Amino acid sequence: MKRILVGIKRVVDYNVRIRVRPDASGVITEGVKMSVNPFDEIALEEALRIRERGAAEEVVVASIGPVECQQQLRTCLAMGADRALHVQADGTVEPLVAARILLKLTEREQPFLVIVGKQAIDDDNSQTGQMLAALWQRPQATFASKVELEGEKARVTREVDAGLETLEVDLPAVITTDLRLNEPRYVKLPDIMKAKKKPLETLTLAALGIEQRQRLKLTRFEPPPQRQKGIKVKDAAELVATLKSKGLL
Amino acid sequence: MSTILIVAEHDGAHLNPSTAKCVTCAAAIPDAEITVAVCAAEAGSVATEAAALNGVTRVLAVEHPANAHLLAATLAPQIVALAGNFTHVLGPSTTFGKDLIPRVAALLDTAQISDIMAVESATRFRRPIYAANAIVTVEVDAGAKVVGTVRTASFQPASTGGSASIEKITTNAQIPSHTRFVSVSAAKSDRPDLQTASRVISGGRALGSAEAFQTLYSFADKLGAAVGASRAAVDAGYAPNELQVGQTGKIIAPELYIAIGISGAIQHLTGIKDARTIVAINKDSEAPIFEVADVGLVGDLFQIIPELERLLG
Repeated sequence: MKRILVGIKRVVDYNVRIRVRPDASGVITEGVKMSVNPFDEIALEEALRIRERGAAEEVVVASIGPVECQQQLRTCLAMGADRALHVQADGTVEPLVAARILLKLTEREQPFLVIVGKQAIDDDNSQTGQMLAALWQRPQATFASKVELEGEKARVTREVDAGLETLEVDLPAVITTDLRLNEPRYVKLPDIMKAKKKPLETLTLAALGIEQRQRLKLTRFEPPPQRQKGIKVKDAAELVATLKSKGLL
Repeated sequence: MSTILIVAEHDGAHLNPSTAKCVTCAAAIPDAEITVAVCAAEAGSVATEAAALNGVTRVLAVEHPANAHLLAATLAPQIVALAGNFTHVLGPSTTFGKDLIPRVAALLDTAQISDIMAVESATRFRRPIYAANAIVTVEVDAGAKVVGTVRTASFQPASTGGSASIEKITTNAQIPSHTRFVSVSAAKSDRPDLQTASRVISGGRALGSAEAFQTLYSFADKLGAAVGASRAAVDAGYAPNELQVGQTGKIIAPELYIAIGISGAIQHLTGIKDARTIVAINKDSEAPIFEVADVGLVGDLFQIIPELERLLG
């Protein structure tokens, strides 16, 4: 079956104001709204559109994390994914571990395409997709803003610092999504009801033969240094004078 | 001693300034010996520029026809082949480095430290998370290889005048053919580059149209400034994506940043935290941008911009 695997991460919602714990041990995540990482939502939307065009038959969505990330998987099923895989893991899952898990899932599911977000908005690492492609020994097309499938190949336009770069990659391949790739659909109430009946399978790390190794010690969390609040000027002339006095013009 | 390999970013003719910033980061690691790898079809002028960076001991010129375009899939095995004797492998946290370095790290079976903003020791670094709403100290075990990307806005470029040795080198890397370059469309511009400009003028959604956004260019030209944009302006189609400044766009550190009609969402502020002076022009006096602006002007940007242009003559 022509299958797309989409990886999604449960993260603190992008509208939440992040606060660091007073004891510097982490960021406060209790009682805050959690969501599907926005870039991963775009990844799922792209997979759904490919399936709706008839270029794929099944979209499988996978998430690694505590039992609560089944909520986000249900959201993805409501968006239109066919089934979900929950890989149970508590604590920090480093990108290399996540990539190893996704590699196991590609062996199991044999997708022709894996799509993930270009970064998670919590750790901002931007690593997992590239690491999966490396371990899988397959092409990667990161920061995608356009994906065209042509038989056994994909033509992917990438958002790079200079502008837009187009790559051609053999399939299977890993694609990571940038913001402008698409606009994810809204979930409708009947779809939420339907999603409850869709298959959601839970897998353990032990069953996948994965060791949850943490190699980076996160020893201290701090709030960023705050900028001093500045001055207000009344008009353009005063602005120019102020900047001149600071030697900036 | 720390032996550090920096992967050079370049366009085939010139070294990207991000490489000189990686050198400054690497030089902050105690007892560092710095090598720069220039992977290119012909390394010539790029290798010469890398060799002139103060702090660099050696430049490795890795010439191969496949390196005519810097693709992560083709570069990664070559960097891995070079990485054996180094304690650290670094690249810039630009789209080039973000694409490549994780692929290298995975092949080396090493965890990666992204967006290094400060060096505390050879194995301890600081990096921003949650759109720079928190800073985390990250430590790897002594003896473990460090693979990371360098947040370029946190470091000044290394000075030039050095004369490192240039060594041509071939690797026995298996270079895959599954990934092929097709094209790149870069907006050609005589304006300063957004990522390295000392002055940047950015426009936001309040400009209201692509035509109005265009007026920023003549203002920017008066100041010799680069032009940037908020995500809202990019999403609205007023400006191309490569101008986007913020968490998911470019992180910049100009001397002067002028935000025009930008409300100042946290994701945008992430991109300008290291700017020396921030000026905000916005008609909403409650806009969050004023919380971080060094100089604020509340008013109608459509009146203020022409007036500024006139004053700057």
